[in-house]
Amino acid sequence: MSRTSRTRRARSAEAVARILTGGAALGVVAVALFVLGYIVYNGIGAIDFTFLTDVPRDRGREGGILPVIVGTIWVTTATAALTLPIGVLAGIYLSEYAPRNLATRAIRLAITNMAGVPSIVYGLFGLAAFVLTAGLGRSIIASALTLTCMTLPVVITATEEALRQIPQDLRQASLALGATRLRTIYKVVLPAAAPGIITGSILGLARAAGETAPILFTGAVFQMRRLPEDLSSQFMSLPYHIYAQVTSVPGWNRTLVWGTALVLVAGVSVVSVIAALWRSAQRRRVKW
Amino acid sequence: MSIPPSHGERRRGRTTMRRAAEGVVLAFIYVCGWLAIIILAAIALFLILNSVRALNEAGLGSMLSGTAWYPTSNPGKFGMLPLILGSLLVTAVALVVSVPLGVAAAVFISEFSGTGVKDIMKSIIEFMAAVPSVVYGLIGVAVVIPLVKDVFALNSGMTALAGGIVLGVMSLPTVISISEDALHAVPFDLRQGSAALGNTRWQTTYKVTIPAASSGIFAAVMLGLGRAIGETMAVLMLTGNAAIMPTSVLESVRTMTGTIAAEMGEVVQGGLHYSVLFAVGLVLFVITFAINLAADLVLEGQRKRWRR
Amino acid sequence: MVTALLLEREGAAPLGAPHMHVREAAEVATRDEASSTIRGSFSLTGVSVAYGRDQVIEGVDMEIPPRSVTALIGPSGCGKSTLLRCLNRMNDELGNVTVGGRITLDGVDIMGKAMDPVELRMRVGQVFQRPNPFPMSIYDNVAYGPRTQGIRRKAELDALVEESLKGSALWDEVKKSLKKHAFELSGGQQQRLCIARALATKPEVILMDEPASALDPISTQQIEDTIAKLKDSVTIVIVTHNMQQAARISDQTAFMLRESLEAPAHLIEIGDTKKMFTNPDDPRTESYITGRFG
Repeated sequence: MSRTSRTRRARSAEAVARILTGGAALGVVAVALFVLGYIVYNGIGAIDFTFLTDVPRDRGREGGILPVIVGTIWVTTATAALTLPIGVLAGIYLSEYAPRNLATRAIRLAITNMAGVPSIVYGLFGLAAFVLTAGLGRSIIASALTLTCMTLPVVITATEEALRQIPQDLRQASLALGATRLRTIYKVVLPAAAPGIITGSILGLARAAGETAPILFTGAVFQMRRLPEDLSSQFMSLPYHIYAQVTSVPGWNRTLVWGTALVLVAGVSVVSVIAALWRSAQRRRVKW
Repeated sequence: MSIPPSHGERRRGRTTMRRAAEGVVLAFIYVCGWLAIIILAAIALFLILNSVRALNEAGLGSMLSGTAWYPTSNPGKFGMLPLILGSLLVTAVALVVSVPLGVAAAVFISEFSGTGVKDIMKSIIEFMAAVPSVVYGLIGVAVVIPLVKDVFALNSGMTALAGGIVLGVMSLPTVISISEDALHAVPFDLRQGSAALGNTRWQTTYKVTIPAASSGIFAAVMLGLGRAIGETMAVLMLTGNAAIMPTSVLESVRTMTGTIAAEMGEVVQGGLHYSVLFAVGLVLFVITFAINLAADLVLEGQRKRWRR
Repeated sequence: MVTALLLEREGAAPLGAPHMHVREAAEVATRDEASSTIRGSFSLTGVSVAYGRDQVIEGVDMEIPPRSVTALIGPSGCGKSTLLRCLNRMNDELGNVTVGGRITLDGVDIMGKAMDPVELRMRVGQVFQRPNPFPMSIYDNVAYGPRTQGIRRKAELDALVEESLKGSALWDEVKKSLKKHAFELSGGQQQRLCIARALATKPEVILMDEPASALDPISTQQIEDTIAKLKDSVTIVIVTHNMQQAARISDQTAFMLRESLEAPAHLIEIGDTKKMFTNPDDPRTESYITGRFG
């Protein structure tokens, strides 16, 4: 085979490869845009003042979703309040204190495996451990604890990665000035790593807000007459509301359910995308 | 010179209070550090404790090999095989959708696109991962089920195929981002070496980069598999949930996750059926644990390979 | 000597209320002898360092007089920086490093259990090879050490910041922009900021690990000028690759050498800088200085 024909074949292979992989990427983009567009197209019609401020009526076929939104905010806030301190401290342990040994390897393995445990299994665990054994009953706090177990790996990993980005130089400088390790972490390392930690945590919490399986048996209810009053209340939740409407309300109101989906997706994805963009902007701004 | 002789005496040093406070914070840090292991062990423990009755009365062997799932008949029949096969079938469909599409997209993002396109693609993938599974389920109900019904002229579109397609879309972010990481981790020198030999970008990609990243891509597939097997809401809404031994992707199936979600609300706490559902959870836990462990070991091996 | 003993007690004393008496006593003693006792002298006897099982430094004896500049020279990998880090126990932070022998600061053993490395480092500052300011304002960088020591009063901090920045010859350039982010300074300015940061804790000794190796010639000159001024008030121990620099700025020079990869490094020779560069005792020193290896 002559050299030119080989080059020509290589070139056309290159073109085919670009088209195929590019087509796949384009396909993914198309699916994502379709998902987004479909939700917005179907849901936008439902969004009005009544929808956002009224309670569900006629088993959700009419009225609004105020208690549903409020319930989601309650459980997500409680999850954040539990997950952030624990996750950040655990991340600090792994990045700053953990020795390089088998035990630490086991902790890391446990974290990656926690991230892979199915959400419905967390639901079972939450039912057995928090609702029944701990006696918390079906409540916001039981659901939040369950979601915390599920979200922790995300926050821990985000914290550890953000801390590892901080150059060793800075820690040395602080230690050499007579600061303890703890003060070094608190005054120098954590502030510098904050953007990464916050972004990663927001992404994790946004996922938690959209989860249904972990709250199915731990506190979410189909209908509540009043808004939750404290952490021991049961609650309504956006993802559970969608599921319950579709599966157990004959003649469910399409517009309202899609509107609920739009509210959920808008809340979750806008927060996630902004957080992700902010992080990459931060990464570009601060070069160590 | 303005610096006076040292003033060692002015230093306040560390007070007992401060040391005690530091000790308390350190203790918290250590406890939180170990919490992952504690939680994982607690999950296993609670699953096992609550499965004891099922293991005693129904028996692990007969549950795993039984082909009949009639939990509410008297006496109940708890053959999990239809559920396990249902999960595997839906997952297989999901992989057929997500692996080729996801890996090809990852190759494009990592090898053929500039920074701007890369950023956009990453935001889009982030969005796909952020959409809650119940919303994917809703889209499946509105779009995929009617489509499957019409295309294959079925009585109902609620099939393993419909669930698998949606599940495949849902695992795309996992497959893409982990494959992309694996491709990205291949050292630049290696590619340059290949390019210097007169290879085109694509020749470099399939002769050097993809083989070098193959273990990472394999891990991506494993993790996508783990995600698909553990997914609950979408399959619950899409597969029709008929607990029969599946024979084709065009039939209704019932998965392990769907079974737990659908039946746990109606069982007597502490009863045999309740315990059997925990046993299903335990099986699910063991399967996903094994998958994740394998993926983790593969990824760790890859990380070691490129560490210099 | 009285001061030294009191200091030893200070280091060993239980902290909290009883501690006050000791410190007050020390204060009196220091004031009385401020003119006669000059602090910041190191004495090393048989110092050895091992990374895990790998012995890297062996048998170093060295006297470092107060208010002077001691240069550590030698080829790369000869353990200069490692030895330097023994003096403020930064090796403790690396994990598997064991230091043997005896090191005293003004007669007080710094390696014993009684010495808290955290308090030692308030007295023995360090400037690193690459400028490493904290990601905060110039002011906050310099005030970091004093705040760590518990100083909160703004007037006191302001005075310390100004004094320290003057000490590192950076004051005139930054006095109008103390709130500026430290990363906006040039490399040379950043390094002088790091010197100011070290000065602010009022150390008796400052360790410098090739402080000018990442800087351009003009910045290097400025750092050297700063060092020349500083030795009136603090002891300086500097590791340098640059022999001209050692010759220019130091009073005494120590030459270290690791003769093979299997053997640990030794201190070959230490002495007055002029003598070391003109008429060294050891032929190995001479060949290193004249550029035959390293």
